[in-house]
Amino acid sequence: MKNILSIFKRELRGYFATPVAYVFIVIFLFLTGIFTFYIGGFFERGQADLEPFFRFHPWLYLFLIPAISMRLWSEERKSGTIELLMTLPVTLGEAVLGKFLAAWCFTAIALALTFPMWITVNYLGNPDNTVILFGYLGSLLMAGGFLAIGSCISALTKNQVIAFVISVVICFLIILSGYSIVLDFFRAWAPQAVVDAISSFSFLTHFDSIKKGVIDARDVLYFGTLIAFWLYANTLVIDMKKAG
Amino acid sequence: MSYAIEVQNLSKSFGSLHAVRDISFNVARGDVLGFLGPNGAGKSTAMKMITGFLEPTAGRVRVCGHDLHEEPVQLKSRIGYLPEGAPAYGEMTPVSFLEFIGEIRGLRGRHLQDRIGEVVRSIHLEAVLEQRIETLSKGYKRRVGLAQAILHDPEVLIMDEPTDGLDPNQKHEVRTLIREMASTKAIVISTHILEEVDSVCTRAIIIAGGRLLFEGTPGELEARSRLHNAVTLSVNRDSFAAQRELSALGNVDSVDIRTDSSGNTRLTVVPAAGTNIINEVTDFVRTRGWTATEVRVESGRLDEVFRTITTQQASGGART
Repeated sequence: MKNILSIFKRELRGYFATPVAYVFIVIFLFLTGIFTFYIGGFFERGQADLEPFFRFHPWLYLFLIPAISMRLWSEERKSGTIELLMTLPVTLGEAVLGKFLAAWCFTAIALALTFPMWITVNYLGNPDNTVILFGYLGSLLMAGGFLAIGSCISALTKNQVIAFVISVVICFLIILSGYSIVLDFFRAWAPQAVVDAISSFSFLTHFDSIKKGVIDARDVLYFGTLIAFWLYANTLVIDMKKAG
Repeated sequence: MSYAIEVQNLSKSFGSLHAVRDISFNVARGDVLGFLGPNGAGKSTAMKMITGFLEPTAGRVRVCGHDLHEEPVQLKSRIGYLPEGAPAYGEMTPVSFLEFIGEIRGLRGRHLQDRIGEVVRSIHLEAVLEQRIETLSKGYKRRVGLAQAILHDPEVLIMDEPTDGLDPNQKHEVRTLIREMASTKAIVISTHILEEVDSVCTRAIIIAGGRLLFEGTPGELEARSRLHNAVTLSVNRDSFAAQRELSALGNVDSVDIRTDSSGNTRLTVVPAAGTNIINEVTDFVRTRGWTATEVRVESGRLDEVFRTITTQQASGGART
């Protein structure tokens, strides 16, 4: 446990020791603003909620989260520090978890910095703050899912660009599996159970219900399982590839 | 007493490439073992297995009684390791880097700060403590790596080319440091600088093509040299005549003539293997009435032995 904490602290400090953290946060806040006010029509809707804010999170995360996760392991492999880390008295699981939690905490910080949005909507009207809270929780869980995938992919390669591109593609497929374009294609010939199964793999399906304020154990379980699965795969990949 | 490091029949293959083949050796506390071998011989791979980074294909490793397979974390906690190239997190400063390593190594609070202070003093890192590691010179980076390896005062110290990239003064300091620590620790260093073996190692191992080709003391290694116990002398005689006369002596294998850059000619009388000819040679010089301006006994040339041992392996390896 204390090893996870040491690795977590080092990693999180690492984000703020380089411009990465500041660039990411500024761009994240800028884009959420644009999406919410211009594309989401925050004012035009005339409703006191943050639906237009949360609606675009999956698409923002699709590009921004792999930008965070791409360096998690590929940089360790490229600089050789993976050899240092793996010969310290820590287990592989502790290392993977510590680094993942640091990246997750960093996205939580970026997400928390969107609080002016929450203040604005409370100033203008009387929103249901429970729904907004669930929206934030759902968004954070989804970010965790994206990060776990990205972390695993970044262990596959020393090249951060490759890690980024592959992560984006995988995350894109997982988002897409909840969209009607894809689902309609299956609906035409596949039984309903198959369509439901495909749609249940999607981030969107689960994120949609949470952001509407309905917190279902199954949605939380979905993200929990997804994160656990990809982090476990992450340990296997590191074990396999660390020699190279 | 059990050994601090026990390595039995260690092997590692990457696909069809056999990087390390069936290597066994032990290291006791107080020993400084030199790992010698050409580049790509398997030195680093062997070290990576002993420190628990790579999984051996076959064989056993025990460090301070902890088996690599059964108790990897305990094994790692007993070792200080300087990996090849001294990797470190570039965006950190040496002091925050050492704090991180110390925390993971279980050092806390005052004790951690005291240890960092001691190590920083003994390795002379004071000047760069607050600079980012990525901005440091190669020599300083190496020293940060060394500091990290000895921070928790480990019983076993494994260093992959600890003096690579250091200037002669820094090399000297690191060697002095290793000698100071040697009495209480089991130390393994890899190097291809042969003088290092002479100056710090109590034992040496030569690896080439993944195989262990020699194990012994640096003295035993020198004794393998053709020039071991050879007598080098300068005399006031025609070198070719002297060479002919000296060659006729008993126990003399051959006599070499070397002229150095300032024109001085020296004769090197090479003895038959395992014999000592200093007395014969000096007696001969005296009875002949020659004047010798210089006489010295060679201890042997490590580089020559190294070349002989490792190239034999290479030509032998090509046949299999």
